[in-house]
Amino acid sequence: MEILKTILGITGISTVLAVFIIVAEKFLNNYGECGIDINDGGKLLKVDGGVSLLSALASNKIFIPSACGGKATCGLCKVKVLDGAGPVLPTEEPYLNKQELQEGVRLSCQVRIKKDLRIYIPEELFNIKEFNATVTRITDLTRDIKEYRFDFREGEEISFRAGQYMQIETKPYGKVKERAIRAYSISSPPSDKKGVELIIRKVPGGVCTTYMHDHVREGDEIRITGPYGEFYMRDDSDDYVFMAGGSGMAPIKSIISDILEKKLDKKMIFFFGAVTKKDLFHTEFFRELEKKHDNFKYVPALSNPGPDDDWEGEAGLVTDVMKRYVETGRDRHAYLCGSPGMINACIKVLTSMEFDESKIFYDKF
Amino acid sequence: MTSPEISPFIIFFASIITSNMVLANFLGMCSFISVSNEYKTASGLGKAVTLVMVFTTVINFAVYKFLIVPLELEYLRYVIFIIVIAASVQVIELAMDRFLPELHIKLGIFLPLITVNCAILGISLFMVIRNYNFAQSLLFGIGSGLGWWLAISTLAAIREKTGKNKIPKGLEGPGLTFIIIGLMALAFMGFSGMFAIQ
Repeated sequence: MEILKTILGITGISTVLAVFIIVAEKFLNNYGECGIDINDGGKLLKVDGGVSLLSALASNKIFIPSACGGKATCGLCKVKVLDGAGPVLPTEEPYLNKQELQEGVRLSCQVRIKKDLRIYIPEELFNIKEFNATVTRITDLTRDIKEYRFDFREGEEISFRAGQYMQIETKPYGKVKERAIRAYSISSPPSDKKGVELIIRKVPGGVCTTYMHDHVREGDEIRITGPYGEFYMRDDSDDYVFMAGGSGMAPIKSIISDILEKKLDKKMIFFFGAVTKKDLFHTEFFRELEKKHDNFKYVPALSNPGPDDDWEGEAGLVTDVMKRYVETGRDRHAYLCGSPGMINACIKVLTSMEFDESKIFYDKF
Repeated sequence: MTSPEISPFIIFFASIITSNMVLANFLGMCSFISVSNEYKTASGLGKAVTLVMVFTTVINFAVYKFLIVPLELEYLRYVIFIIVIAASVQVIELAMDRFLPELHIKLGIFLPLITVNCAILGISLFMVIRNYNFAQSLLFGIGSGLGWWLAISTLAAIREKTGKNKIPKGLEGPGLTFIIIGLMALAFMGFSGMFAIQ
């Protein structure tokens, strides 16, 4: 009896207070309808106030990159707020530099909408969509790299620039209780609008790569958003040098396919660095392209070919191999994708070969 | 037990000065020390604490009289009082974010921390222990709130002044603050001949 009374008493009080808070929140947190003016009248939204700018934009199908789910820990969801945001919160300060503070850049997950806002977001972000895609094909490329084909639902299409990336949202699995969002470059060409292909290397202990490699099967549905990213082909040169290592091949493959499909008159050479022959993939694909197109050359380079590899191609560090093929970097563009170590070494070599630093584009991961 | 025969107004003035929550009872020290750098913010917090105090005293009085006593749940009063205080703070925070956003941001983490401000729980518990009736409790709540507000704004005003002067290295920060608080407590106690409730 005593126990029952205690439980009922405490429960009763808590319930009444909870209801009280909910009612109060309904009235106090009701900021009415607020307008968001994006890019000076480029787009006008009407949203209910009281929510974060990030979620308000997401519910209107404008996806700002974000990896932490609105906790102000990733610093990706930056948006320029011109008017109506209130003071910068202490939670945002660590992610904003002086210039950004002056320009009114804010973390959109921390900006609560209380009145009409004027904001600026890059035009590309309008293109970002959310897809419920089905994994239709998983191909083993090497012992730890797989290629995944995602097909969108009937009628859904993507438009992206070759070289950009998508974000995959994982579901909780095994000991991982939270959702995670990770980015992977698209390897399929932009002409393929019904779906995307991503190349994913299994990183030991990686939350998303482990999920993709060990838990996702053909036929599974996965939430992906995109396209994102500044790593894409710039059109103001006729001579391109590409270099990639491992799963860094993805964006390069997309860019090369795009150029060849569009029959652009550009000279291209692609250096692909690997350790042994087992680490090479898509070799047939690039050899085929090489045969069909005079303006494309594929140079795989093995840093440490095994005794059984029977390797007649280039050997040595990919940067050294490149030096043998490329004499000067004048008027050339370079696109690099791979580990930070490889990219930093490449940039050093390229600048010593008269490459213009502003014409070297790279994606480190 | 019947209520003590003290005029609610004596309780009111005593709780502002001679029985000041922070200077006589040392309750609510954490925010008293950490949010007293700047007069404006300190005064804002003082107002918020006063508001919460009055609010929770009234609710807790009603809860005690009509729920805890009839149900014989006296031993749970700590838990229940704290739940009530937490809920009130939540609502006041929402209201402040709406109507005083600047102050809301300035108070930052200290606003939700009012929940664990011992002074506020102290009022509710003293009111029960001393067996105050409603009028006495209400004026005790209001008085203690105003007293806390007065104390923190005075301390902040003094600290603003001392902050502009050169002080010996060893006394910088908490050192000098504690000395100031001690002197303030002495000054407040100086009135104990006029009225006292403890």
